[in-house]
Amino acid sequence: MTARRARPEPGVPGWIHVPALVGAAFVLLPLVAVVSRVEWGSFLELVTSEASRDALVLSLQTSAASTVLCLLLGVPMAVVLARTELPGLGVLRSLVLLPLVLPPVVGGIALLYTFGRRGLLGETVEALGFQVAFSTVAVVLAQTFVALPFLVVSLEGALRTAGRRYEVVAASLGARPTTVFRRVTLPLVLPGLVSGAVLSFARALGEFGATITFAGSLQGVTRTLPLEIYLRRETDADAAVALSLVLVVVAVVVIGFARQGRTAL
Amino acid sequence: MTATRAGALELEAQVADRGVDVALTVAPGETVALLGPNGAGKSTVLSLAAGLLRPDTGRVALDGRVLAASGPGAARAWVPPHDRHVALMAQDPLLFPHLTVRDNVAFAPRSRGAGRAEARDAAHHWLAEVGVAELADRRPAQLSGGQAQRVAVARALAAEPRLLLLDEPMAALDVAVTPALRQTLRRVLAGRSVLLVTHDALDALLLADTVVVVDGGRVVERGPAAEVLARPRSDFAARVAGLNLLRGTWRGDAVHTANGLAVHGRATGPAPADGDPAVAVFSPSAVSVFREPPGGSPRNALASVVTDVEPHGDRIRLRAGEVSADVTAQAAAELDLAPGARVTFTVKAGEVSVYRL
Repeated sequence: MTARRARPEPGVPGWIHVPALVGAAFVLLPLVAVVSRVEWGSFLELVTSEASRDALVLSLQTSAASTVLCLLLGVPMAVVLARTELPGLGVLRSLVLLPLVLPPVVGGIALLYTFGRRGLLGETVEALGFQVAFSTVAVVLAQTFVALPFLVVSLEGALRTAGRRYEVVAASLGARPTTVFRRVTLPLVLPGLVSGAVLSFARALGEFGATITFAGSLQGVTRTLPLEIYLRRETDADAAVALSLVLVVVAVVVIGFARQGRTAL
Repeated sequence: MTATRAGALELEAQVADRGVDVALTVAPGETVALLGPNGAGKSTVLSLAAGLLRPDTGRVALDGRVLAASGPGAARAWVPPHDRHVALMAQDPLLFPHLTVRDNVAFAPRSRGAGRAEARDAAHHWLAEVGVAELADRRPAQLSGGQAQRVAVARALAAEPRLLLLDEPMAALDVAVTPALRQTLRRVLAGRSVLLVTHDALDALLLADTVVVVDGGRVVERGPAAEVLARPRSDFAARVAGLNLLRGTWRGDAVHTANGLAVHGRATGPAPADGDPAVAVFSPSAVSVFREPPGGSPRNALASVVTDVEPHGDRIRLRAGEVSADVTAQAAAELDLAPGARVTFTVKAGEVSVYRL
């Protein structure tokens, strides 16, 4: 990288760099600490143990499934929120974003009382031959519950930025609403959609509180990587650190994807 | 390519929260220019025709098919925008950025259900029609403003609309490319039903058959374009227009009118050939008034008799036959300009723009 001369910025006082640097250090130092604690000699062995592999595979599978679910439910939600003017939509928007600020453990309890055996929909679900709570499906539901707002917020913003002018033109050219949605709206917001999906995936991957409350911790069934890390911390700190590093790497890769998605087009 | 049937628009609508209450028609094959100040309701009229806005009360019909109807005593009706055969083209070309130029123009045929090959052929036909066939493989981001607007014209025409809505199609363009695009529009709009919103009296004159002046949400004037622009009755039309428009035949380097006037000027846009119909356009404020024939030999010296004297803003507008001139009140008094006075109008050839008709 070539040296760049700092451009004078009238709105950036010199002292502001100090707290900004402290903030960056606050975020980055813990990552350095994790890396420095990794036992590199046994690293491969630790992350490829049966329990670790089970947890990693389960995490990736459930996160992928919940991302798909987020897309199926979140895209229509974002379109309705961004494009229609139904009464009460403002309130609905705030409620939909609730999982962003709700402690995940509360989300888990709420899901338990919705889909659990004695829950709101429990009997209906059971009549269909399912038992949701403490199953892999419960993991996916818990992850979707916390990850959905990321997709909705990201996509709704993209839709509002794109505006409806292209859609109006497309309709006047004779395109039906479904055609407009497929050939104009979706391609225009694709970068926002990609970064929203990536963020959802990342959130699902890190999900802990709602999962352990609603799905429990059964190896190979509901014990995802964050749960595995938490359990190992007590008995095998080295394994916990090694697995943490795996999650850090996955998160960095995901952020790289999200950035690329945003700058594409 | 099948010829598109030009539709007949009947629009009569009230929109309370925009203070709009208008009635207007577009006959098959007619181009109607909507002229008016900002906020007069021009865009509202386009939105009503395009189906982007429902009238509170009123009725919009194209070829007798009711597109929108509401209000007491009316059976409510609503046809969504995509089913109206009404294409809209805005000031901003709004080409779909993710599609090539060809796919942009093929968009309407594809939406109608045409196959890939057929839509592609249609795209080429319309791109060639507006003179940008060679741009088919480009992305919109690689086009100049004028090229993009031509592609937007091709895309709208490819929809084979029965009514074309143009919302200030040249307002965002560089003045250098405006005359050429105006000429293209003249050609492709001929025989179509068009509703054109514009600020520019010249666009109205050169593109429209009829001018409708909208002010304060009401139609305040309607008439043949040349007549409204040359003899505006409404305040707004008088402000933007009130231009001297002398139609005639181009011979040598002057427009010769039926009344025997010869007006020298510079051709703007494509130069007319000898014998072509042309119009000489100049502002009344560019006209100097003399009681005695002026010395020297000005190229445009038009002898005439004053027929009208009326205040026009802070000046006095004189009318003598086909020509208007603006003079200061002081000059009008000094020259004793009253109806019946013999005068000579002069205007520099450089102040006169000549357009081929």
